Amino acid sequence: MTTLLAPVRGDRVVHRINPVAKIAASAVIGLALLITIDPVSASTALACVLLLLPFAGVPWRALLVRLVPILVAAPLTALTIALYGAPSGEVHFRFLLITVSDGSLALALAALLRVLAIGIPATLLVATVDTTDLADGLAQTWRLPARFVLGGLAAFRLVGLLVEDWRVLVSARRARGVGDAGGLLGRLRFVGGLGFSLLVFAIRRAGALSVAMEARGFGSGTRRTWARQARFGRAEWVLVGIGVAIAALSLAASVLTGAFTFIGAR
Amino acid sequence: MIEPGERVLLLGASGSGKSTLLHGIAGLLGGSDEGEEQGSVSVDGRHPADARERIGLVLQDPDTQAVLARVGDDVAFGLENLGTPPAEIGPRVTAALAAVGLDVPLDRSTSALSGGQKQRLALAGVLAMEPGLLLLDEPTANLDPDGVAEVRDALERIAGERTVVVVEHRVATWWDFVDRVVVLGADGVIADGRPADVLARHGARLDAAGVWVPGAQLPAPLLRSEDGAVLLSASDLAVGRERAHPVARGIALDVRRGAALAITGPNGAGKSTLALTLAGLLAPRGGQLEASAALRQGLASAEPVRWRSRDLLTRIGTVFQSPEHQFLTGSVQAELELGPRALGLRGAALAAVVDPLLERLRLGRLAKANPHTLSGGEKRRLSVATVLATSPSVIVLDEPTFGQDARTWRELIALLGEQLDAGRAILAVTHDPAVVEGLGAAEHRLGRTREAA
Repeated sequence: MTTLLAPVRGDRVVHRINPVAKIAASAVIGLALLITIDPVSASTALACVLLLLPFAGVPWRALLVRLVPILVAAPLTALTIALYGAPSGEVHFRFLLITVSDGSLALALAALLRVLAIGIPATLLVATVDTTDLADGLAQTWRLPARFVLGGLAAFRLVGLLVEDWRVLVSARRARGVGDAGGLLGRLRFVGGLGFSLLVFAIRRAGALSVAMEARGFGSGTRRTWARQARFGRAEWVLVGIGVAIAALSLAASVLTGAFTFIGAR
Repeated sequence: MIEPGERVLLLGASGSGKSTLLHGIAGLLGGSDEGEEQGSVSVDGRHPADARERIGLVLQDPDTQAVLARVGDDVAFGLENLGTPPAEIGPRVTAALAAVGLDVPLDRSTSALSGGQKQRLALAGVLAMEPGLLLLDEPTANLDPDGVAEVRDALERIAGERTVVVVEHRVATWWDFVDRVVVLGADGVIADGRPADVLARHGARLDAAGVWVPGAQLPAPLLRSEDGAVLLSASDLAVGRERAHPVARGIALDVRRGAALAITGPNGAGKSTLALTLAGLLAPRGGQLEASAALRQGLASAEPVRWRSRDLLTRIGTVFQSPEHQFLTGSVQAELELGPRALGLRGAALAAVVDPLLERLRLGRLAKANPHTLSGGEKRRLSVATVLATSPSVIVLDEPTFGQDARTWRELIALLGEQLDAGRAILAVTHDPAVVEGLGAAEHRLGRTREAA
């Protein structure tokens, strides 16, 4: 779990690119594929993304682990649409509410490709994002308020401590003789009580952290500087450009082949 | 009045307001909407909230002091807030880390540091801001002896011309470092002067107030027999929080009736994990852990981790490192009744267990108070009392004397001595050699494992 959340590190350009650019690039592809719902645009985008895979700076193993949720979700989405999607064209199979038709199969294929084409680049780019760099980008490039960004960043660090608190609280309940949760209701109350204790700890930790931050001059009204300048230079523009190019190519392919179907048309 | 360049040790019993005073000097008490303010504090003739760049504050808890995820960023955090030009930040960060002797890469994760390293990081963070005044609120209370020495040595190196105010129970650590001692009582300053003078004139009074006075008498070590019946026996035991990663292995030990066993060793050696495993709260990750028939008292399984929660109550009781983790109710009284109630005691039988404990541990007048509002010493006494309420045969304690003042410390040792005399077994994780000695405990030392190092 924790290893999954840790960013992939490395010394290639892609690891150093401003995370804000990574978000922008994957958002452009996602938006383009949400305008139309056809197999051509999605497969074009997917093909481009797969061609770029080796240059993403993410080792195969790490990539596969992160892609598992998408690789599981995509076929399930397709299956659901194939069985229950709006029927049209020749009907192949019918059982109760299930209708498998040419139309629902085409839709299912489009959805499968779409989930992969949106999910893979997003996963790829986010895998190399470090939260600290993201905060630099959000605060300096997008000019979000420092108080909000750094507060969030500092709080993120406390998640690990809360996981540890949860473990100790569970042990403590067992040691105190009230760890045998009887039945579903008992279990619900058990988890509810734990949740409340955890909240108490979270608030206390947050209080201590905010005192530590204030003691270091945070929020004193002085204009803050940044030790590391978040750049938005050529590498960043190139990455966003790649995103825009993939999006444009996919839309062009679908319009030229006549497959373009505006999302609201169905 | 504190002169520039003075090094002051601020002492006082629990609850005398040492930490509050320190926060006041640091300008962190907030405005009038957050409480009452009488009198005034000024630093360089200004209100402390306006002189924040002159003041560096280091707090007690190593875990909540690092603000950011990487060592370099964390040291730079204060400088950024002060609006230091970026070009100056890099060199000042490097210089501050070198000054406190923290020789780790700038991108090292702050959570991966040891307690002593975390506190030195906090020190570097305030040092980089180049304050004239350093305020330290029990900076070593949560550290093992190595960590205490690291922090003290670092401070010795960097103090220089700076004014330093330290709050601490463990006076011996700072005795040679400071040149002035101020003692706070309930109504203000009790004593103020050079360390040797204060000790000579007020030594007995300080001792009674719970201050750890250098050279004070500890209770005479007890001599205990080693021939009590074995209650718990471990052989080739491996322990770990996660199945795949044991933190310590090959452990062989016996827990005997009427005897104390101390688990010692550096931070990260797996002491707490071993204690939780022996207490039946974590599954062994290898080897055997067996409860003897005398401890099982009729239970079928010899593995404590398989017992029901309620069955643990009379067999193995656990006092956690932080008392707050084990408080489950809204009052001291209810907290003490929880265990006996789970065993089915009600009415007069319940009172017969709870009332003597309230008396014995001086918690009687607090019976209706919420456990979370107690002082550190009271919380510790309550957490021990809740375990004693169900009379377990084995009592497991994780750092029972951490951060306690001298008075609570002596009470705890005496209380645990009584438990030993009553035939119970005690297993204590501790950094404190005086605990080992005071309980007449056998010592089982865990080394640092390769993974942890």
